[in-house]
Amino acid sequence: MSLVFQVIGAGVAGLSVASELSQRGAPVRLYDRNGPPGPHACSWWAGGMLAPFCEGESAEEPVMRWGQLAADWWESMGASVKRNGSLVLALGRDQRELDRFSRRTHNHHWLNDNDLLTLEPELGGRFTRALYFPDEAHLDPRQALGALTQTLREQNVEIITSEGHFTQHAIDCRGLTAQDQLSDLRGVKGEMLVLRCPELTFNRPIRLLHPRIPIYLVPRGEGVYMLGATMLESNDRRRATVRSVLELLSSAYALHPAFGEAEIIEIGVDARPAFPDNLPRLRIRNGILFVNGLYRHGFLLAPTLARMTADYLLEKKIPEFLDAN
Amino acid sequence: MANFYGVELSSPLMLGTSQYPSPAILTDAFRNSNASVATVSVRREAGFEKAGNSFWKLIQELGVRVLPNTAGCYSVREAITTAQMARELFDTSWVKLEVIGHPDTLQPDPFGLVEAAKLLNQEGFDVFPYMTEDLILAERLLEAGCEVLMPWGSPIGTGLGLNNLYGLRSLRAHFPDVPLVIDAGLGLPSQAAQALEMGYDAVLLNTAVARAGDPVKMAVAFARAIEAGQLAYKADPMEPRDMAAPSTPVLGKAFLR
Repeated sequence: MSLVFQVIGAGVAGLSVASELSQRGAPVRLYDRNGPPGPHACSWWAGGMLAPFCEGESAEEPVMRWGQLAADWWESMGASVKRNGSLVLALGRDQRELDRFSRRTHNHHWLNDNDLLTLEPELGGRFTRALYFPDEAHLDPRQALGALTQTLREQNVEIITSEGHFTQHAIDCRGLTAQDQLSDLRGVKGEMLVLRCPELTFNRPIRLLHPRIPIYLVPRGEGVYMLGATMLESNDRRRATVRSVLELLSSAYALHPAFGEAEIIEIGVDARPAFPDNLPRLRIRNGILFVNGLYRHGFLLAPTLARMTADYLLEKKIPEFLDAN
Repeated sequence: MANFYGVELSSPLMLGTSQYPSPAILTDAFRNSNASVATVSVRREAGFEKAGNSFWKLIQELGVRVLPNTAGCYSVREAITTAQMARELFDTSWVKLEVIGHPDTLQPDPFGLVEAAKLLNQEGFDVFPYMTEDLILAERLLEAGCEVLMPWGSPIGTGLGLNNLYGLRSLRAHFPDVPLVIDAGLGLPSQAAQALEMGYDAVLLNTAVARAGDPVKMAVAFARAIEAGQLAYKADPMEPRDMAAPSTPVLGKAFLR
């Protein structure tokens, strides 16, 4: 009997790894103690921006390189990917933040107020310039997680509600829960909201820079927007604070006053799993392969990590970030 | 080197720990600049069930002295609660006391500051008050039991450098024996050098390093500037003067025309 890979954890990491393995014909079992993806998973609350170039502002080089492969992979897995680019803006007195952002990133160009009016009419007259990243994309994380679940089901891989078996061929994708095995994994807390604002139509993710409270808005269609996200050095996965929500909402209101009338559909909170360099990696400990540390780049980097995992397990290719110590 | 509540620091560079691209870069910045003190902001929510533990563990592993701060506190009560929590978390009596007076300028509230300093000193804290460069405020803080003063250079995160040279000089002149630290507002190494040249004992900064394109390089640049400033102060600089003073004597020189 051939070996069966036991993937533990059905968040964006586990689902991507299981899908990639299964797609390449390897037998897979997928376990999650909470069953199919839902509010218990960090990736449920993600923004879903596939924005490797914007992330280059503060992330290390591999994030940019690996992230460029994400949009195609997600599309091949049945996720609906919107390739409308992304916009970066700053309010009047924070204009220097925008200059700084442009110096630290690539593959963008400047828009003036007329260009902006054509691209996102709702912003016309409110901003005189913006940075446009035409090669970026976005998706709806919950739809994408559902697409992976569905693809796996079609290949007869069901998500088994169980802790899983940490045997020889286990692939541990439990995110922050794997702190029990990985002492250098930490949580970076994020709070977000989902708003319904039918008055406004934005077609692409918008980032509003601010020295203390940068925000982004990701359109989910039909006037629904994801507003994120705080970044706090904390493992807390439950408590959204008044201060955080207030700051996020004030910034959204500053971006466009129509958000004053928006309906708050959800307030979400979770903690992103991160290693000290904020880069993900494959790590082998006691015969178990850990795929973890996706930080704020779950949907951006899971495809590359899934490919690396499959390359390693099926073709013995040593991945760029393998920690086999 | 000045004495900070009985502690002689190995370097006059104190670095904040927020806003770095990653903890790994933060660690490198400390290692390469030999900064002697790490300030850590303690948000009360992160203290809840010690949710901030993994990050704080990382700070403690830097092997430098930890100076917890009460950043973001707008009232005496908030500042005291935060200080008490910080003492428990980091097992230190040191606290950088911030009582903020205005959300736009983040400038200290001098009245709340004195009140909170008094209470914390009574509780046995070693208080490092973040203050404006006002002389009378300095006196009140010393009366309240503070043994170190931390005047701002300019508002937090602005990078404008030393905004009121006259005020900072006179503070130094009035309190020659009190350890003085420039806290906040520094953007460039030359500004830090200037502080040390004026006889300040240390500088504390965060944004200038953390938000630089290459934080590690910038931390090193600050370390070198600070060393230069400190050396210059010790070397007793010349007095500036209005008239040119040629360094070669003119007397006896042949007139060529």
